[in-house]
Amino acid sequence: MARRDHGELEVNETSSIDDSIAQMRGEAALPRANGELVFEDPWQGRVFGIAVQLHQEGRYDWAAFQQRLIDEIAASGDQDRSASDYYGHWLAALERLAIERGLVDAEELAQRVDDYRHGRRDEVF
Amino acid sequence: MSDHHHDHGHHPHPISDVQARARALESLLRDKGLLTPGAVDTLVSAYEQDIGPLNGAKVVARAWTDPDYKQRLLDDGAAAIRELGFGGLQGEHMVVVENTPEVHNVVVCTLCSCYPWPVLGLPPVWYKSAPYRSRVVREPRAVLAEFGTELGDDVAIRVWDSSAEIRYLVLPERPAGTEHFSEEELAGLVTRDAMIGVQKVEAPA
Repeated sequence: MARRDHGELEVNETSSIDDSIAQMRGEAALPRANGELVFEDPWQGRVFGIAVQLHQEGRYDWAAFQQRLIDEIAASGDQDRSASDYYGHWLAALERLAIERGLVDAEELAQRVDDYRHGRRDEVF
Repeated sequence: MSDHHHDHGHHPHPISDVQARARALESLLRDKGLLTPGAVDTLVSAYEQDIGPLNGAKVVARAWTDPDYKQRLLDDGAAAIRELGFGGLQGEHMVVVENTPEVHNVVVCTLCSCYPWPVLGLPPVWYKSAPYRSRVVREPRAVLAEFGTELGDDVAIRVWDSSAEIRYLVLPERPAGTEHFSEEELAGLVTRDAMIGVQKVEAPA
């Protein structure tokens, strides 16, 4: 049985997969099936993954991202939110932070969004 | 339903504003070499499939079968959870609250959607909804009833509001009739919703 002994899991290992999880079967897999759809649309998963990935590569502290997410949610008022609204706030927080940290340039980003909107680019990730 | 499979090709469908923004951001970050190709895919699928409620279920099952572990879990949740190898992002300060015949605990985040990712995965959609966040504080008994959890008037309900500093995990009651279950079998009974506190763990029929 290939059970890895990894002790304290570092933040940058959150994407690693414990062998023992893969080995769990049958009833043990139930909580997995118990979950609702985590992402309603692929873009939501992408923006989630980008935010975590940039953090793991040391581009910002997680607290910095989280604060901007809280700000975005607060600014939107307290109306009922779908996952789409929620990840919309997530995306807005990520855009702000990426610009603030100089990862992307605001104008360059706006141009790229425009390219996608008008079909000049159509690469899907 | 998503139409994402159809919006490329010779007659592209218009894409939504968020889709355009999400793709633009990822494409720009890739161009700049800030995102390793494949890294985001690995991460998303890990969170979707392999990290999550099952980790929390293992923690609960260990606590049910090992009184010393249970005590450590209640004394210092984050440390006891790390003993099993689960930790990292959003799992730094975890407090485990125990359900008993007298007290039922339920977790919410009224501010946003703080959630113990390493043990529960990503939060369900309803956890992030405004109605859950506001109502479970005002009328927890009614909200729990909507989840099918009817509690007697003699059971006190404690609502724990997660924050960026502290996240909560509910240690559900071990169901009767599971005395001979192995730890692995017990883990299979524990659901995400029981660890948020909106449901109880049921013994298999």
